[in-house]
Amino acid sequence: MAQGRPFDELWGASRDRTPRADFEAVAAWLTDLTPAELVRRQEAAEAAFRSLGITFAVYGDEEAAERIIPFDIIPRIFSAPEWASLSAGLEQRVRAINLFIDDVYGARKIIAAGIIPADIVLGNAQYCIAVAGARPPHGVYAHICGIDLVRTGPDQFWVLEDNARTPSGVSYMLENREAMLRLCPELFDALPVEPVDSYPELLRETLQSVSPGRADACCVLLTPGHFNSAFYEHSFLADNMGIELVEGSDLEVDDDVVWMRTIHGRVRVDVIYRRIDDFYLDPLVFNPDSALGVPGLMAAYLAGNVTLVNAPGTGIADDKAIYSYMPEIVRYYTGEEPKLPNVETWRCREPDALQYTLDNLDKLVVKLVDGSGGYGMLVGQAATRKEIETFRAALKAEPERYIAQPTLALSTVPTFTDAGLAPRHVDFRPFVLTGANGIRIVPGGLTRVALREGSLVVNSSQGGGTKDSFVLAPEDDDGQAGGAG
Amino acid sequence: MLSRTAQHLYWIGRYMERAEFTARLVEATIRLSALGDHDASEQAWRSALAVVGSASAFAASGETFSPAGVRRYLTLSEDNASAVRSCISAARDNARAARTALTVEVWEAINRTWLVIRDRTKPGGVQASLNLVDSLKAEIRGFEGALARMLRSEGSWFMQLGAAIERGDNTARLLDVKYYLLLPPGQEVGGALDRDQWSTMLQIVSAKTAYRHIYSGPLKPWRVADFLIFRDEMPRSLAASAEETVDLLSDFAARSGRQGLADRLARKRLDRIRDLDIGTVVQNGLHEWLHAYIRDNAALDQAIARQFRFG
Repeated sequence: MAQGRPFDELWGASRDRTPRADFEAVAAWLTDLTPAELVRRQEAAEAAFRSLGITFAVYGDEEAAERIIPFDIIPRIFSAPEWASLSAGLEQRVRAINLFIDDVYGARKIIAAGIIPADIVLGNAQYCIAVAGARPPHGVYAHICGIDLVRTGPDQFWVLEDNARTPSGVSYMLENREAMLRLCPELFDALPVEPVDSYPELLRETLQSVSPGRADACCVLLTPGHFNSAFYEHSFLADNMGIELVEGSDLEVDDDVVWMRTIHGRVRVDVIYRRIDDFYLDPLVFNPDSALGVPGLMAAYLAGNVTLVNAPGTGIADDKAIYSYMPEIVRYYTGEEPKLPNVETWRCREPDALQYTLDNLDKLVVKLVDGSGGYGMLVGQAATRKEIETFRAALKAEPERYIAQPTLALSTVPTFTDAGLAPRHVDFRPFVLTGANGIRIVPGGLTRVALREGSLVVNSSQGGGTKDSFVLAPEDDDGQAGGAG
Repeated sequence: MLSRTAQHLYWIGRYMERAEFTARLVEATIRLSALGDHDASEQAWRSALAVVGSASAFAASGETFSPAGVRRYLTLSEDNASAVRSCISAARDNARAARTALTVEVWEAINRTWLVIRDRTKPGGVQASLNLVDSLKAEIRGFEGALARMLRSEGSWFMQLGAAIERGDNTARLLDVKYYLLLPPGQEVGGALDRDQWSTMLQIVSAKTAYRHIYSGPLKPWRVADFLIFRDEMPRSLAASAEETVDLLSDFAARSGRQGLADRLARKRLDRIRDLDIGTVVQNGLHEWLHAYIRDNAALDQAIARQFRFG
């Protein structure tokens, strides 16, 4: 890192000498662990996690073992006040996202008010014209949001991107906790860790709450099938919620009502937690070649007979050009100042911003507005001259497809490496549930860690791993939070 | 339960049963072929192909006929959907797709069975085939053990139902071939080769010792037929499989409060078997009777698919 030592979440700026306030117990635990014991635990973690992973994964052979994302046993920890302020910011942001989506598919007031340019919304590939004018049951669009956060200092949290389509990774939050409870039980005695295992139950309540009508709603999870790489998360969630895991071929639409074929006959379906993209949902409306979807599903949705979670069209909020307007969006719909700031963003569609970006390519991070997974991205500081020049040409050709951001000194957390403990950069994805019953956030999330020294890219496809994310209970708590849950 | 899930489970039962039957057929044929001369050996392998209904498919595969070729075709050939390896692969694919309806133990048992045969592409020598069959039998016992410990509800019932239907089909085909296609012309009924064949047949259905217990005498063709058709204490007999089918369908009916065509067909079949004896069957033609049984079994399979709305 050119800018000197980044903020460490355990040691602050003390260079491994004094832990930050609230983190003494963890520092003591970490210091007491001998290197040999650390190695033993990490090996046990890998073995346990592997068997846990294989248990959940449908694959049972070597190829599956390789698919398991590396897991690091040193947890990433949020104090109670940190979490309180984070969750208030998340709630505000997700509230604004839902109001924004409602607006752009409805009255489009924000466009009329000149807050956001019309073409960036209506001309967006993620804008789903098929649902314009249709309001989902209970007015909720993005029932499940994964908000990606990064940190640069004690109180400096930034939103890096919003995932309002079909965010994945929540099963890691739950599995990582299982692994930690098995491998480091003493940590849970020493720290009042808030449990996360209520997530499947909260998710099920959220699904039930947005049923279009019937009280005892039949909810199902729609998966592309067992060849999908995230299938084990789908089966894991369906299992833990106690709902059916269905494929497109299990459903049929009759007179705008969705039915599921069971051995005892047809069963009416009210809520579909779908883990397939809009494009594949219904071959009659979207991709006619899709065998994953259900013909007539969109008609049933538009007739108000079934709730789709998340609603079609929510991808508009994931777009990185829209993201750059999020502070304005939050202000417009909530009347409040955003509690969670955006990372400073240059929209290359604007000539000044493009010029600035071109002049500073070696310092910036440049991203495709609709890219994800770390693909289609330039990290100027780490790039070769040739990569920069290739990117420069692409930028000049289609500037509207790109945004640029400064390279942030992401916070680090001590991580087990080949050379012993070392700081590694992390990010964080908490999961925010929105139902007719309000917004709920499980105290935890997915922490991703860049395992390569100095690397800022945490994506699992690019050498990233995961850590458990502890949220500590407030001090006046009656102490039950330390239990295994 | 989703119809698709039920269908996957049913086919796990059928494929695992078929895999074991074919493996045992190969084992017994190796043995039989070792007892006779060259012609007898060829005859043994031809009849093995006939038992699994693959004689014409083998001829069409372009492979020249030889004991080793048939052995490969029945165990490992990817062109043969009924080869042991293909059956286990199909069972595993169904298990993956119905993973959430299986216990960890059942899934692991199926997966372990697959791992035994996955990397085998060449059959190797006779001893290698026998070792493979031994390992597979052990893994399939593990599958049955895991299945027996599953919750007694739809999940396990569909796998057992598939196995019961498949078992009836296999046993009927075995009997049919052994009685009518096997004996080379000129061989005396009751001669040495003949006795070896009866004994081989019992070995395939793992009932050699059981036969001695029940009949306490020399192997007699009509007794073997009686044993494999009518003795319901013999798990692979047609009577036992017909009875198990009725029992399993009754379990479903008790749970759902509804019955269908499959229930009626299964009961009718069991009643008919109970009203018959081996003398009558042999008198009216064993071959014809077995063929009718195989047809009825297929009709029952279709009725089950309709009743539970398989895709």
